[in-house]
Amino acid sequence: MPLTIGVPKETADGEKRVATVPEVVEKLKKLGFAVLVESGAGDAATTSDDAYRAAGAEIVEGAAALWSGSDIIFKVRGPSEHEVGLLREGATLISFIWPAQNPDLLQQLADRKVTVLAIDALPRTLSRAQKMDALTSQAGVAGYRAVIEAANAFGRFFNGQITAAGKVQPAKVFIAGAGVAGLAAIGTAASLGAIVRANDTRAEVADQVVSLGGEFVKVDYEEEGSGGGGYAKVMSEGFQKAQREMYAKQARDADIIITTALIPGKPAPKLITAEMVQSMKAGSVIVDMAAEQGGNCELTEPGRVVVKHGVTIIGYTDLVSRLAKQSSTLYATNLFRLTEELCKTKDGIIDVNMDDEAIRGLTVVKEGAITWPPPAPKLSAAPAKPAAAKAAPPAAAKSHGHGAASAPSPAKKAAVVFGVAALFFWFIGAGAPAAFLNHFTVFVLACFVGYMVVWNVKPALHTPLMSVTNAISSIIAIGALVQIAPPMEAISLDRPDGWIRVLAIIAMILATINMFGGFAVTQRMLAMFRK
Amino acid sequence: MSQSLATASYIGATILFILCLGGLSNQETARRGNLYGMIGMTIAVLATVFGPNVSASAYAWIITAMVIGANVGLYAARTVQMTQMPELVALMHSMVGLAAMFVGFANYIDPVAASHLTGTEKSIHEIEIYVGILIGAVTFSGSVVAFGKLSGKISGNPLLLPGRHWINLAGLLVVIFFGRMFLHADSVGEGMLSLLVMTVIALAFGVHMVMAIGGADMPVVVSMLNSYSGWAAAATGFMLSNDLLIVTGALVGSSGAILSYIMCAAMNRHFISVIAGGFGTTGGTPAAAGDGQPAGEVQPILAQETAELLLDAKNVIIIPGYGMAVAQAQHTVYEITRFLRDKGVNVRFGIHPVAGRMPGHMNVLLAEAKVPYDIVLEMDELNEDFPKTDVAMVIGANDIVNPGAQDDPSSPIAGMPVLEAWKAKTSIVMKRSMASGYAGVDNPLFYKENNRMLFGDAKKMLDEVLVAMKA
Repeated sequence: MPLTIGVPKETADGEKRVATVPEVVEKLKKLGFAVLVESGAGDAATTSDDAYRAAGAEIVEGAAALWSGSDIIFKVRGPSEHEVGLLREGATLISFIWPAQNPDLLQQLADRKVTVLAIDALPRTLSRAQKMDALTSQAGVAGYRAVIEAANAFGRFFNGQITAAGKVQPAKVFIAGAGVAGLAAIGTAASLGAIVRANDTRAEVADQVVSLGGEFVKVDYEEEGSGGGGYAKVMSEGFQKAQREMYAKQARDADIIITTALIPGKPAPKLITAEMVQSMKAGSVIVDMAAEQGGNCELTEPGRVVVKHGVTIIGYTDLVSRLAKQSSTLYATNLFRLTEELCKTKDGIIDVNMDDEAIRGLTVVKEGAITWPPPAPKLSAAPAKPAAAKAAPPAAAKSHGHGAASAPSPAKKAAVVFGVAALFFWFIGAGAPAAFLNHFTVFVLACFVGYMVVWNVKPALHTPLMSVTNAISSIIAIGALVQIAPPMEAISLDRPDGWIRVLAIIAMILATINMFGGFAVTQRMLAMFRK
Repeated sequence: MSQSLATASYIGATILFILCLGGLSNQETARRGNLYGMIGMTIAVLATVFGPNVSASAYAWIITAMVIGANVGLYAARTVQMTQMPELVALMHSMVGLAAMFVGFANYIDPVAASHLTGTEKSIHEIEIYVGILIGAVTFSGSVVAFGKLSGKISGNPLLLPGRHWINLAGLLVVIFFGRMFLHADSVGEGMLSLLVMTVIALAFGVHMVMAIGGADMPVVVSMLNSYSGWAAAATGFMLSNDLLIVTGALVGSSGAILSYIMCAAMNRHFISVIAGGFGTTGGTPAAAGDGQPAGEVQPILAQETAELLLDAKNVIIIPGYGMAVAQAQHTVYEITRFLRDKGVNVRFGIHPVAGRMPGHMNVLLAEAKVPYDIVLEMDELNEDFPKTDVAMVIGANDIVNPGAQDDPSSPIAGMPVLEAWKAKTSIVMKRSMASGYAGVDNPLFYKENNRMLFGDAKKMLDEVLVAMKA
């Protein structure tokens, strides 16, 4: 029995988005689901009931009918208390939840014996999860809109122009925080022609800033600020001081500041102080994208536009809703991708597979049991492995190369090897004559040199390595050379000259075959390697 | 040339040999490295010939021997097919082994060599001869058998004599016993008997050792024999008190040992267990049909459909194996690669460390077919890219793409690192039949939903794919 997906009208104040759009309804139907849409759900996002109907959705009047008739609810905002009450037992809810900030909501949902997938709880570091990452898609929309709002409030052009009426300076835009929203803002502002500078505590985003046409402004202080899951972390005192100085400098220079700095589960950091606002040129604009979490600017009033010290400070918390059609389409696609993952059989039945790392992360309530927070994501053991493998060979080499295949050895094993080697060397040192020891020293050192050199050889060149070492091992020819005919005075009378000569000459021929053949074939092989 | 000058030349040669190996760290410097090797060898030989230990009466002999050897060697190097490289390398190892044996014998019957030695020094010298001949003999016979196996003259299956470990142990004890006899021998004739008995046992041991090793373990064997040929040279160096031989032998020996180690790590097998021979034999019959056995339908595919899949793909990874070498399909593979790359398809090659019959075998074959080396990647470099890959094409490889190595702890190859071809959107396996690989393990990859089987000779099928693509 295929399940029914219900899309209610969003009830939160000022929320204009809707959780699915007609294009996606069609795709959902192809996966085998029936789709119910509450009448008027898409109105704010300029999508009519008729459009949904044309795509194959059934339009339902009133929230109560929709919630009771759906097995799966697609929503944007987390449900209100009233809406939680409407949820059917055993139903599945997919929406933003913010489980860390809303423990009460989580408990209420669990009490309803439902399954809840919080789209904001997606493990963002999984590359497979990117297609479902609604935080990213919505942040991108917000970043774009922030620039548009700034342009709207700003009294000048963004791009520099030389007109008959005189030269126009390009606007200078400074963007604090180069996350998804910040990067979208950088790209948008740069394409409008502004000079864009950006900063982020995570040094690795510098390249991304540059790639979008921005300039990365560094804080003059050494500290790396990557936290988990693509967010930044709280920085040290010294760093923050250096950062404040940098912001103060940018504030004096910039026409437009867009701030996007968020730290998960904490109030937004206050980056722009009242003095900095004061130091800005009259007519400048600040768009505070972190307004909902308290704002990055001290003077921000969430949800409102205020003018302080001649600077327009935009604190809208509904930037995404101000581009409702676009954000709804992206969100709907994110949910569709998630549905695909849930319904691999394409028969309209979902399977919340808790072994799947992405789905495990998303699921905050499973059949009435709270499953949030998820266990720590599995870290790939890859970086540790080569280190372990590298650690083993030295021990092996000390045991004379023959035992080179010993498994990566812990310290204990290494100690045993050292012990054995020490005993062995002591034995040699005690018993062997000086001449032998000289040769032995050379031998051991050569083993180490060989060991060091050969580890650098690329695996692709292992065959040439073998053939060249093979050619080099024909150095044994020297052993044959010195025996063919040593100087006369050294020869005693009973030397079986003939025998020695025959043996030496055969050895010489064999070694020469190797010598010439080995080098020639190596040369031939190496000549083939080309870019 | 004085002794000092000869020694100085030896030092120069040593440095050149080290530079030679160092040069192989990447393709750009590799050719220069080989050149260093040649110069080093030339210096070493000239310094010896004109040094104090060779008299002018030997020149004619030396030149004759070298001309014969050079001609044979150059001929072999010129005519060898790249697919036969493992055989050639094995054969060359056998020559070093044999040469070391002969030098050892010659040294023993030469009374001058030991005339000034007494007491401990004499004993050590004799041990050096004994050990040098021992290693040389094992290298020689082992390499000859390896050559036979690689060239198909001897069956690639492991030959497992009953109680083979006991046979080896008994051989070792006899060798030690005769070693004692040899040390206490009064005359050369008396010692010669012990020496000959030991040589025969060592030869038999070499044969037995390599006979017991299966085809898929050949890369380890080849690199191990490479190592032995180095140790043989080093032992000869000790015997002749020649530091150049010692250093060079040690370089080659440790190089081979590292290669053996890398190969073993790539198969997740212990060196000892490879040498002890056989595969999965400890648990009775190899891969007994049991619980872990995948079952299901394989989905065959035709060349035409393969061509379509490849043309529709954006990212393709080709995984070659020994089967590609056997079928000599590398040139057709390259034709297909070039055609697809011209169409903007990102084609890359994924090379497993033990693909083929010797380390780096696949790289050489692809280089021969003119595949640019920057699209030929190692396992670790592209294993994470499979989920983003549209088509993974496995050509004549089996165990190195076996998901059982990761999923099935009871599998004989469990824990062996493998190329994760099954994570690609579609995988195509080219195989002649449904026979299992050298490990004797069935491959669950074949039964995966997103896997297709293209049955037939790799060369022939790829030719058909190429024709279909161009049509």
